[in-house]
Amino acid sequence: MSNNLYMILMVLTMAGVTYIIRVIPMAFFHKKIKSTFIKSLLYYVPYAVLTAMTFPSVFFVTGNVYSAIIGTCVAFLGAVSKRSLVIVAILSVLSVLLFDLTAFIF
Amino acid sequence: MTYKKGLKDGIPIALGYLSVSFAFGVTAVDMGIPALIALLTSMTNLTSAGQLAGITVIAVFGTFLEVILTQVVINARYFLMSLTLSQKLDGKFKFLDRVLCAFGITDEIFAVAVHNKEPISKRYIWGLITLPYFGWATGTIFGALMGNVLPAIIVNALSIALFAMFIAIIIPGAMENKKILPVILISATLSCILYFVPLFDFISQGISYIICAVIASCLGALIFPIKEDSQDEQ
Repeated sequence: MSNNLYMILMVLTMAGVTYIIRVIPMAFFHKKIKSTFIKSLLYYVPYAVLTAMTFPSVFFVTGNVYSAIIGTCVAFLGAVSKRSLVIVAILSVLSVLLFDLTAFIF
Repeated sequence: MTYKKGLKDGIPIALGYLSVSFAFGVTAVDMGIPALIALLTSMTNLTSAGQLAGITVIAVFGTFLEVILTQVVINARYFLMSLTLSQKLDGKFKFLDRVLCAFGITDEIFAVAVHNKEPISKRYIWGLITLPYFGWATGTIFGALMGNVLPAIIVNALSIALFAMFIAIIIPGAMENKKILPVILISATLSCILYFVPLFDFISQGISYIICAVIASCLGALIFPIKEDSQDEQ
C-alpha cells in the first residue's frame, strides 16, 4: 500500500467512526423524551461539556498563563454584559494580543 | 429560525475555526502529512481534537484499530450532543435530513444550536453548518500551505477565540437559570482535578470531558430537575 493510499484510508476510517458516533442518536432517537431525569440531564450536558472543555485548558492555550487569564476575564466581562458571541471572541483575542505584544516589547 | 439566522450565528464559529484549523494545517504538514490529505481530513472529519489525535497516529504509521479507538474515545461526546440536539429539532426533519445534518455536529455548532430556545429548523441548522464548514476547510489548507507566515504571537492570541465563545455561552445561561451554576462549578472542579492531579494523567482529554459532563449533569438532574414543560429553561 502506498503512503498516500494508506493515509487516505486512515483519514476515511476516522471520518466514518466520527460520523457513526454523530448519526446514531440523530437517526434512532427522534421520539420526544418524557423522563424528567433524562430531559434535565440533556439540558445540563452542553453547559457541563463546555465548562469541562474550557477549564482549565483556556489558561494554557495562548502559551502564556497571564495573557490567557486576561483573555478569560475579558471574555467573562463580555459574557456578563451579554455581548454577542463574536464580539466576546474578538475582544478576548485582542486583549490577549495586546497583553502579549506589551510583554514582548517591554 | 431562517437560513440567514443560521449563517449569522455561524460567523463567530467560522472565525474561530479559521484559526484552529490553520493551526491544524501547520501541525499536519509538520508531521509529514501532505497538504491535500490534511484538507481531506478537515473536510471529512470536522472535529479538532479527533483530527489532531488521528494524524498523530497516521504520522507514525499506526494501525486502523488504533485510529478507530482514538476516534471513539475522543469523539464519544458527540453522541451526547447528537442525542441532545435530536430532541430540539422541529417536526419537519425527515430521516434523510437527520442523518445528513448529523455530520455537522461539532462542539461549537452544537453549543450555538442548543442555545436557541425555539425548536431548530432545517434551514437554520444548514445555515449554521455552512460557514464553519468552509472556515474549517479554508483554515486547514491555508495553514498547510503557508505554514509559518503568521507570527506566533497572533496565532497564540487567536487560539483563545473558541474558549471565549464557550464562556459567552456558559455565563448568560447561568445568569438566566441559577440551577446551571452548580452544574458548571462541579464540571469545572472535576475537570481541574483530572487535569492537575498526576494520578489521573492516564485519562485522555476526550475521556475527561465525558467523565465531567456525565457526573456534573447527572448530579444536576438529580438535585435540580428541570420540571416537565416548566419555564425553567427560559
